[in-house]
Amino acid sequence: MILEIKNLKKYFEIKKGEFLHAVDDVNLSIQENEIVGLVGESGCGKSTLGRTVVGLYDKTAGSVSYRNQVLPKSYSSSDFWKYSREIQMIFQDPYSALNPRMTVKEIVAEGPLIHSLWKKNAINDKVAYWLNRVGLPRDHMSRYPHEFSGGQRQRIGIARALALEPKLIICDEPISALDVSVQAQIINLMGELKESFGLTLLFIAHDLSMVRYVSDRMAVMYLGALVELGPSYEVYYSSLHPYTQSLIASNPEPDPEKERHRKFIILKGEIPSPVNLKPGCRFAGRCPKVMDICRGTNPVWKEIKPSHFVSCHLH
Amino acid sequence: MAEVVLEVQDLKVEFDTYGGVIKAVRGVSFNAYKGTTLAIVGESGCGKSVSVQAVMGLIPVPPGRVTSGIVKLRGNNILGLSHSEMNKVRGKEIGMIFQDPMTSLNPTMTVGKQITETLSVHEGIGRGREAKKRAIDLLEKVHIPEAANRVRHYPFQFSGGMRQRVMIAMAIACKPSILIADEPTTALDVTIQAQILHLLKDLQRENEMSLILITHDLGVVAQMASEVNVMYAGRIIEFGPVDDIYYRSQHPYTIGLRAAMPSSEEGAKRKLQPIEGSPPDLFHPPIGCGYFDRCPYAMKICESNEPEPFLVGKNHYSRCWLHHQRSQTKLTDFIKQDTKIYKNNEIMS
Ligand SMILES: Nc1ncnc2c1ncn2[C@@H]1O[C@H](COP(=O)(O)OP(=O)(O)OP(=O)(O)O)[C@@H](O)[C@H]1O
Ligand SMILES: Nc1ncnc2c1ncn2[C@@H]1O[C@H](COP(=O)(O)OP(=O)(O)OP(=O)(O)O)[C@@H](O)[C@H]1O
Ligand code: SF4
Ligand code: SF4
Ligand SMILES: [Mg+2]
Ligand SMILES: [Mg+2]
Repeated sequence: MILEIKNLKKYFEIKKGEFLHAVDDVNLSIQENEIVGLVGESGCGKSTLGRTVVGLYDKTAGSVSYRNQVLPKSYSSSDFWKYSREIQMIFQDPYSALNPRMTVKEIVAEGPLIHSLWKKNAINDKVAYWLNRVGLPRDHMSRYPHEFSGGQRQRIGIARALALEPKLIICDEPISALDVSVQAQIINLMGELKESFGLTLLFIAHDLSMVRYVSDRMAVMYLGALVELGPSYEVYYSSLHPYTQSLIASNPEPDPEKERHRKFIILKGEIPSPVNLKPGCRFAGRCPKVMDICRGTNPVWKEIKPSHFVSCHLH
Repeated sequence: MAEVVLEVQDLKVEFDTYGGVIKAVRGVSFNAYKGTTLAIVGESGCGKSVSVQAVMGLIPVPPGRVTSGIVKLRGNNILGLSHSEMNKVRGKEIGMIFQDPMTSLNPTMTVGKQITETLSVHEGIGRGREAKKRAIDLLEKVHIPEAANRVRHYPFQFSGGMRQRVMIAMAIACKPSILIADEPTTALDVTIQAQILHLLKDLQRENEMSLILITHDLGVVAQMASEVNVMYAGRIIEFGPVDDIYYRSQHPYTIGLRAAMPSSEEGAKRKLQPIEGSPPDLFHPPIGCGYFDRCPYAMKICESNEPEPFLVGKNHYSRCWLHHQRSQTKLTDFIKQDTKIYKNNEIMS
């Protein structure tokens, strides 16, 4: 097991004594060399989960272990140094994650130089190599982040994380700003690195066809908690949780004729507050299959088929 | 055809950089019509955002400059208007959703305050209770839960997709007659995305709004657009009604783009096929066809002569020498060979 997340919670204090439960008791284990896709509603806590795992947020409760070593509850600057060599994160918002006063070369080389992985005279070639792998020419190295398009910036963020050749990368929407051809190039690159240096990925994304394509397993999150987890193929084609089903049904297809005849399942009803959570299923207010029991009793996390878990009273 | 509300002709934009002049947009023309949706798709870095920023008068000068072009809003040129004149057009006439939420939201101001600012600037409503109520309504429209509490929060307390929705709320606040949306739903899950797209369609129906939608998501384009511009290296290389672009695409770049998508067929696990090579250097843009280096069908002429747009179907244009009536090579020859990729491409012969 490369990463073991146990009962992890991250609460934000938004007013004195009032807490927003962004991540609320998540359990997830990732094996060496595995790609796990993470999908879920906007605002459900995916980025917070990622940031807590890499130590950017202190853990409110629970634990995260990396190769059987429990990571600190709150990171000191030496902890960042220690763990960033092997655990990297690609951020959702590429622009705010790149220092505007540094050139692309400085951005990509920063990590490897801190960890003394590159010789000074090899820097240009190394940076050019990683830029090239993400589809950017060598001469972009001397430019600054604001001189790039959205998708070019996103790729600078990817090159920066890959340059360290880490073991584990938390990718937060790594390909959302890229055209499908460059997406394909990046996905093939990640697949290749998985084979060649045993890379493991937690892949947060909204594009379900891509998640199904790249990941071995797929996790579905709703309002701070996981609601379904299983082999991607199964979660995509035979999903068990009503929320997952509504997600899959809303995935637009690149076919205008099909889209004109699409029947939308628009989820109606209140999204419950992540501040004052009531008992019962978190999806009950919007679930098309809601039953009486759902409103008072929390569904438990059950293995319905081998390695396919769900929390829903229907199962 | 509906009334033209925005007309862009031969737009060119350059940037000075340390390494030289980048020719980011190299002659772009299109029309946007009342009540319809025009999608712009294309390679990352091909000039989509810069084109619409130029339309909005938002190119930073220096290092940037618009070297040629006409932009007409209902017949009146708006390119080169003064700052204050342009401020009247922005927001009220043309709304814009930016690709990067964090650069357009003010990190030091609560979300509610930012929305009420927009309302007071353009609609003259005060900053009091009424404005606050409007702000909450707008946040509810974009499905932010507990909007009444959330107006008091700062952007950093929102998730990526929630920030994106705040920008959408601000852009639609004044019911603009043209909405330019640059990747408006990239940070949204597909159910919220469906709701937002629905909202945009409703606005379009209510106010006959013209929507210019930049996106990489070919599913979203299929759902929203009536016409599509395909851009490559600072140029529009194919334009046509959405069905023509999806079922009868004619330009080798468009065909390559569609072939790179993962197949939706159950169990399909074939290796993804990105287009080989990389886009041309915009310091020294090619004199011939911009796609020459990567095009599997390239001919001698393509290297040093840029093709004009050829009419290849009703209101469907493609900038490629293969369409020249005397071209020896025909796209159809290739299409028959690789039926897997071009399965949906019922090319006219
Ligand atoms: N620094 C913070 N302070 C207070 N609340 C926060 C903070 N960061 C995130 N939140 C809240 O935590 C919840 C989860 O946010 P998070 O960014 O993890 O969502 P997400 O799943 O990544 O969404 P998206 O898909 O839109 O990016 C949201 O309600 C958000 O408003
Ligand atoms: N301020 C700037 N200075 C120098 N070059 C710039 C600047 N802004 C953009 N460019 C360059 O202009 C080209 C077009 O950029 P633009 O942002 O329009 O691309 P895009 O089509 O929107 O791409 P994406 O899909 O990745 O957002 C890119 O090659 C980019 O590097
Ligand atoms: S537990 Fe009940 S409300 Fe929750 S998802 Fe299952 S059926 Fe729906
Ligand atoms: S003009 Fe020539 S190089 Fe350009 S797309 Fe057509 S065949 Fe290819
Ligand atoms: Mg996020
Ligand atoms: Mg852009």
